[in-house]
Amino acid sequence: MPEIGLNHYLVLSAILFSLGLFGVLTRRNAVVVLMGVELILNAANLNLIAFSKYNGTMSGVMFSMFVIILAAAEAAVALAIVLNVYATFKTVDVGEIDTMRE
Amino acid sequence: MENFDFGAFAYQAIFYLFALIIVVSAAMVVFSRSIIYSAFSLLFTLFGVGAMYVYLSADFVAVTQIVVYVGGILILLLFGVMLTNKITQERLLTDVFNIVPSLVIMLAILGAILYTFLYRAKWHAGQERTTTVVEPIGYEVMTNYVLPFEIVSILLLVALMGAAYIARSEKKFGLEKRSN
Amino acid sequence: MRLFATIAPDALAASAAPVAADNAWVKALESFEVAGVPVGVWAIPAIPLVFIAVYALYVGVYGERKVSAFIQDRIGPNETGKWGLLQTIADILKLIQKEDVVPAAADKPLFVLGPLIVFVGAFAAFAVLPFSSAFIGADLNVGVFYAVSIVSVEAVGILMCGWGSNNKWSLFGAVRSVAQVVSYEIPASISILVGVMMAGSLSMQKIVMSQSGEYGILHYAVFQSPVAWLAMIIYFISALAECNRAPFDIPEAESELVSGYFTEYGGMKFAMIFLAEYASMFMTSVILSVLFLGGWNSPLPNIGPVALNDWTNGPVWGAFWIMLKGFFFVIVMMWVRWTLPRFRVDQLMYLCWKVLTPFALLTFAFAAVWELYVR
Repeated sequence: MPEIGLNHYLVLSAILFSLGLFGVLTRRNAVVVLMGVELILNAANLNLIAFSKYNGTMSGVMFSMFVIILAAAEAAVALAIVLNVYATFKTVDVGEIDTMRE
Repeated sequence: MENFDFGAFAYQAIFYLFALIIVVSAAMVVFSRSIIYSAFSLLFTLFGVGAMYVYLSADFVAVTQIVVYVGGILILLLFGVMLTNKITQERLLTDVFNIVPSLVIMLAILGAILYTFLYRAKWHAGQERTTTVVEPIGYEVMTNYVLPFEIVSILLLVALMGAAYIARSEKKFGLEKRSN
Repeated sequence: MRLFATIAPDALAASAAPVAADNAWVKALESFEVAGVPVGVWAIPAIPLVFIAVYALYVGVYGERKVSAFIQDRIGPNETGKWGLLQTIADILKLIQKEDVVPAAADKPLFVLGPLIVFVGAFAAFAVLPFSSAFIGADLNVGVFYAVSIVSVEAVGILMCGWGSNNKWSLFGAVRSVAQVVSYEIPASISILVGVMMAGSLSMQKIVMSQSGEYGILHYAVFQSPVAWLAMIIYFISALAECNRAPFDIPEAESELVSGYFTEYGGMKFAMIFLAEYASMFMTSVILSVLFLGGWNSPLPNIGPVALNDWTNGPVWGAFWIMLKGFFFVIVMMWVRWTLPRFRVDQLMYLCWKVLTPFALLTFAFAAVWELYVR
């Protein structure tokens, strides 16, 4: 078996990214779409840290720390919005939320 | 079997095991019909990615991932699932739409990314970093990245206040109030 | 860089540490091979697992029953075996041979996986607990932070148990319990940071070694800073809340929600959740004693020719000291349980957000200033 190298991590993060993208494109429930977005963010983080290791610099790791922090803030605000959508429309199905009325 | 390097074999075997955990649980997140199973499979995906960070010598980021993603975002998502569905029904099923076009797009993008990364890009390889990352992160945060650090703390405060305000419950929740 | 230099761990090597943390027993176990197969490696996690089982049975269940009995002015179990020592064995035999009931309406995968994740969350932190200078499962560079993170995994396991039971009361108990655990992580983490700042490292063995010295107890972190005692108290209260122990045991109080999130569990699954609670009690006690009370260092000082500190320091003595400190705080937790009444949910949240968190932040700021400009 070949040694674990940069390519292994790139392939893994590409697969994770495409699965997250599929989730965002396909699912009807808003919370599951958010889960897909989290998968995409994790794939990007994995990529950043893999490059940081094989390049020797620290900027990849710092970038990915800030990505983790901002993902947390974004998830909190997004879920607050989803709760409001549920209170207004009584559903979180993204196909049904199609009017701009109160 | 006399030259069998157990250590290197274990290293690679566990790497492939974690990669398998990540891919299988991410597939369950995306393809499962029950929302709760999606949420709990996300736990395994996040753990697997954390393990990958340890392989990449970024131990502090791995532990941060567990604390923030598993202990924060995943619990938020679980509460989101529980609060936006009627919990009295047993299976929360949801169906998917546009499977075939999305599948085509997903495979096309996956193929394009892999082709570009593996065959076309000429990655500049430097000295591999093998030391722990705790002290360099502390050093960088206090010297080169002070401004993003401070701005992120203000941003977290704003996000906290905004989310708490948007999600306050006294104005329009017509449902029975959940405990707590 | 003044800031960087003050927390450099090189200063620790300069202090006269009588015992160096060389992890000798683990290294010996790792190289123990039978015909080329590294058998000893499997013994390393087995030792803490056996320890948890024995501790949870004796100090946990039996100790709790006896302590609660003495506090309530009665005797407790004294029929089976001398002083009731075989009572716990009888309890375990009963739990093992119980029928493994999974309710028909329950979500079977989640119902089965929930207790496993709770137990893994409690047990995984034992890998970084320094049982002695010669035995620590994994001396991670981020040891303390790792122990904090594993507690978060337990919270997800609790939600899994609650949802998998398919029972409204279990779900409410689980949601309340998770809200409590997640809220109290904040003052707990800030107090841990105070201890870490004083030691200058996140690695458990380095934190313990920074508290070793000639005068025994005077080198402990709780005496090195004027606010360390406050951080210790805040961490102890938050640890009580994180383990769902009284007076914060709304989720598992019998009079509240039947049994909270483990209403539907019986037999071995219940035993696993129960063991996980005692394991996390011990874990938080050990983290408290490592950060603030010197870990496996002996408290006896070297008084002239009577070198008590040197006599009572060593690999085996270290294990004795840390077990003593850990068990002491476990007994204090039990003592508090049977003395104080239970908090109401809103009082619990008030205590966390309006009392403990501001005090923790003030302690953190004061301790940081003290570290920078005085030590």
